[in-house]
Amino acid sequence: MSGIRYSFGGDEHIFVEIDEEMSLEAFFKGMAICSDLEKRRIAGVSEICPSNASYLVRFDPDVIYPDKMLRTLQDIEAQIGDADLELPTRIVEIPVLYNDPWTRETLMRFRERHQDPKSTDIEYAARINGYRSIDEFVAAHSGAPWFVSMVGFVAGLPFLFQMVERAKQIEVPKYLRPRTDTPKLTVGHGGCFGCIYSVRGAGGYQMFGITPAPIYDPAQKLPYLKDFMAFFRPGDIVKWKPISREEYDRDVKAVEAGTFDLTIKPVNFSLKAFHKDPGGYSRSLVEVLHGH
Amino acid sequence: MDIEVIKPGLATSVQDAGRPGYYNIGIPLSGALDQYALRAANLLVGNDAGAAALEATLLGPELVFREPAIIAVTGAEATPKVNGEARLLNESFAVRVDDRLTFDFMKVGARIYIAVAGGIDVPPILGSRSTYALGALGGFSGRKLAAGDLLPVGKTRSSGRAGRALAGDLVPTYPKSLELRVLTGLYFHRLTEEAARTFFEDTWTVAPEADRIGYRYRKGRALAFRERKQPFGAGSDPSNIVDAGYPYGSIQVPGGLEPIILHRDAVSGGGYAMIGTVISADMHRIAQMQPNNLARFVQVNMDAALKARAEYKSRIARMSSSLL
Repeated sequence: MSGIRYSFGGDEHIFVEIDEEMSLEAFFKGMAICSDLEKRRIAGVSEICPSNASYLVRFDPDVIYPDKMLRTLQDIEAQIGDADLELPTRIVEIPVLYNDPWTRETLMRFRERHQDPKSTDIEYAARINGYRSIDEFVAAHSGAPWFVSMVGFVAGLPFLFQMVERAKQIEVPKYLRPRTDTPKLTVGHGGCFGCIYSVRGAGGYQMFGITPAPIYDPAQKLPYLKDFMAFFRPGDIVKWKPISREEYDRDVKAVEAGTFDLTIKPVNFSLKAFHKDPGGYSRSLVEVLHGH
Repeated sequence: MDIEVIKPGLATSVQDAGRPGYYNIGIPLSGALDQYALRAANLLVGNDAGAAALEATLLGPELVFREPAIIAVTGAEATPKVNGEARLLNESFAVRVDDRLTFDFMKVGARIYIAVAGGIDVPPILGSRSTYALGALGGFSGRKLAAGDLLPVGKTRSSGRAGRALAGDLVPTYPKSLELRVLTGLYFHRLTEEAARTFFEDTWTVAPEADRIGYRYRKGRALAFRERKQPFGAGSDPSNIVDAGYPYGSIQVPGGLEPIILHRDAVSGGGYAMIGTVISADMHRIAQMQPNNLARFVQVNMDAALKARAEYKSRIARMSSSLL
């Protein structure tokens, strides 16, 4: 990583770029600084937003002077240094119906905005990432777990970064021109990031499937949304679970009945242990989900 | 105590001082885009400065009052009328049962604020009554107003009375051409030298795509970004970065074409390089720009930004003291 870069965003924000490029290290460092800042409960700080390889802080310059805010963040950076970064977090299993009829119907409507109008999004992504079939691609996508590396754009939308070596990262361009429509709960991908569209709306990510699990609901009807209307937090770990159409339909009925729930387990993530054996460590995380 | 919405206008919503604290999960600040006008309207009717009021954009609503009320209208120049009779802007007045409030077109300015003594009493969500329409959150049923809506009004504990007026020197003017002060930074270094210059030289025109999320500007020269091998995870266009958090007021230029200033319903992050941020003291002035109004961007430093902020705060303090 090159040096961390600090920049004021007007008189109320500091933007901190940990690194120009995305990596687990950059994400982790940003998370660590943000958690530390949060714990200090500094008067005047109103927003602390970790995001991929950077973070953003909003503050009231009438309460804490911009230069003092800047020094505080630099102090936290120095204190954290290159310590072994551990993150107490949770792992959640999200069911996905890959190659579903709803995203397929949508992608057909916007074919002229796509790089390869003759393929579907998932066929295109599989091919340019070197997979021989959609099944092989789905196996890679749903194999290793993913970090929620940012929540935002719109309410509750998680950006996800897969826990694999860079050579194995799935990379796809965004649509040539953004669509004006994306089904709610579409599982998408753009650049090296996955996402779940929390609400219906415009979007430019390739669409691979759909999940029956609502992740944002101001009415907070489902058990896992009782604490807060948006489910995801930066640092959450997600494991996709491919499901069939029958399972999808059953889940949707359960959502409507208010009985649908997710499997969520607490877990402690160590970056060092991950680097020693990415494959083995990822598998051990997934085992936590199933109670081993 | 209800207000019935007969016609909603173009985009009218319940807004207050905003909902800070949830930007990290993509729920933006929201609240009145013109916080100065919101404060004025509330203080005129004896409410707390940040109480919930109605924000109407470009075309005012038509409302019928089911109970007597004290109200005030501030912001854009759009004459309020009670049963067809003109009333003054920036001065509180009484309405009786079944009175009908309508508005003339907004001659200058883009947003009016309608405050009612007692405030619009929709339930607070996450500490605010503001509407965030993209997330179907807050305000009246999480959306802009529609015909037939019945708006509850809070019980008046305050000393709302008619005939309270904003001092003349505190009444803002809304020029059709203005200067917006910008602190450069963020990814400004990604612009070519020429683009870094022409951004400030050119006069920009507000595009029709100007709303609570952001204000888009056009008709300036295209802004080129420096060519580079794009970092891992950033998109392929030179205006792309690894998706990051967007400050309120930050300026992004997708594809180098049309600058967008994010406002209080901002998308909280994304993959477009931000080249600077409009200073906090100028954010409420953006809210009153109509499509086709003109803007020039003026580069300032942090000291100038803080000085402008202090001036804005002292105007607000004067507003409070003169009306209490």
